[in-house]
Amino acid sequence: MLELSGASAAYGSVPAISNVSIEVGEGEAVGLLGANGAGKSTTLRAISGLVRLTSGSVTFAGSDLAKLPPYKIPELGIAHVPEGRQVFPEMTVQENLEIGAFVPKAKADRAQTMELVYQIFPRLAERRRQLAGTMSGGEQQMLAVGRGLMLKPRLLMLDEPSLGLAPVMTDVTFEKIAEIHRMGTAILLVEQNVSRALSLVQRAYVLESGRVIMHGTSAELAGNREVQAAYLGI
Amino acid sequence: MLETVAQAVINGLLIGGIYALVSIGVTLIFGVVKIVNFAQGEFVMIGMYLSFYLATQFGLDPLLSLFVTMPALFAAGVLIQHFLIRRVLGPNDMPQIFLTFALSLLLLNLALMLFTANYRTVHTSYSDAALHFAGLYVPVAKLIAFVVAMALSGALWVFLHTTDLGKAMRAAAQNRDVATLMGINPNRVFAVAFGAALALAGAAGSLLMPFYSAYPFVGQVFVLMAFVAVVLGTLGNVIGALVASLMMGVAESLGIQFVGADSGLIVVFAMLLLTLALKPTGLGGGRVR
Repeated sequence: MLELSGASAAYGSVPAISNVSIEVGEGEAVGLLGANGAGKSTTLRAISGLVRLTSGSVTFAGSDLAKLPPYKIPELGIAHVPEGRQVFPEMTVQENLEIGAFVPKAKADRAQTMELVYQIFPRLAERRRQLAGTMSGGEQQMLAVGRGLMLKPRLLMLDEPSLGLAPVMTDVTFEKIAEIHRMGTAILLVEQNVSRALSLVQRAYVLESGRVIMHGTSAELAGNREVQAAYLGI
Repeated sequence: MLETVAQAVINGLLIGGIYALVSIGVTLIFGVVKIVNFAQGEFVMIGMYLSFYLATQFGLDPLLSLFVTMPALFAAGVLIQHFLIRRVLGPNDMPQIFLTFALSLLLLNLALMLFTANYRTVHTSYSDAALHFAGLYVPVAKLIAFVVAMALSGALWVFLHTTDLGKAMRAAAQNRDVATLMGINPNRVFAVAFGAALALAGAAGSLLMPFYSAYPFVGQVFVLMAFVAVVLGTLGNVIGALVASLMMGVAESLGIQFVGADSGLIVVFAMLLLTLALKPTGLGGGRVR
């Protein structure tokens, strides 16, 4: 469904990823692992068009994403939950969710989808009138994921959903992501927490200095010492 | 004494309504597009001349000219955003500052050339009318201007808080990249914000015409007040700009009444400096609300 092939991107003259090829199938859960600065976030940003490819290609369900302006990409069903949550701080929880369903296709089912999001995250329902910026980090993470779900995505891309969360909140967040995956949404998960990530995804790619150095099933990677090394940046 | 104070407060509130239209436009552009529009006052000036010529050439009441000035300036705003501002949006602020500053000078000098420096006025049936109660004096033209200004400000607030496009605008103001991830086209949102801001300036022009003279430099009077109000009310905050504008109108009017005819701006800028010294982020807090 999603296919990056030989993708390179740079910030100015600083290369961020080079020759990255990854695939995510319909309904699959795939991990993108690696140390800080390995190019994981850039890979997601390249898919959602916030960073332009300097070479290579990125396609989703047959559409060439490089040809689309970034704001058209969500319309295809790609939701990107950015690193550090980045909810709209001065809007209420409900407004954040409404904006999540801004594209016409999602807007048509907005009320229904919102009910579903409130079922998955009852905490958000309790806080629907609260300004998002006043909530705790864990609650904001739920909101960021919920806002992504409002798009009714075929592919949900999550960038470090456990970042800065207490272990208990991380447990909850990962449970919810697994629940969303079981409902049929494909997941592309960027995560620092290797063991957690591998317990959730079926396959994963390991990035180092902007390149894919390894990929395999979760079982294969879980026992691999090089994976741990890539994380520690040795 | 009490009566004098009350009268000064009324005068201040009435003109503060016009300041609000200008400052809300400035703060909306700053909050959403993240640029400072130094030419905002010139669009008030254009609104006034439009209103003046519609009145003198076609006999259209200046207040009714709102229905021409607002759409005309909205369209101008969309075009300016699309063809000029969009090209200088980037990490560097300087081209944006120079662009809107150059636009201001260009429009000013065009007006001098086309309309000359003469003062133009329109006399309407209600230009000299006034309400009297409890010894106070309320000019009808200013009262209408105030009421319409408040209604338009309220309408903008309702638009920002209840419509999808309005919410998209607030989202883009708070985080442009993430708004894009939601499927919001930033350029479209910026164009609407710029258009709406200029439409408010156009409305200010029409509302001023029955009691204020049009001349090429007229915008400078209002833009100066608007910038102070925008800072006092916290950059990007619509309600903050509205409240600060009314406060400044009152402060200016009390200054004129009790300190001296030329002291209005002194009082206003003293207020600005005090606020910046004590609460540098402004009184409003937060971004586009």
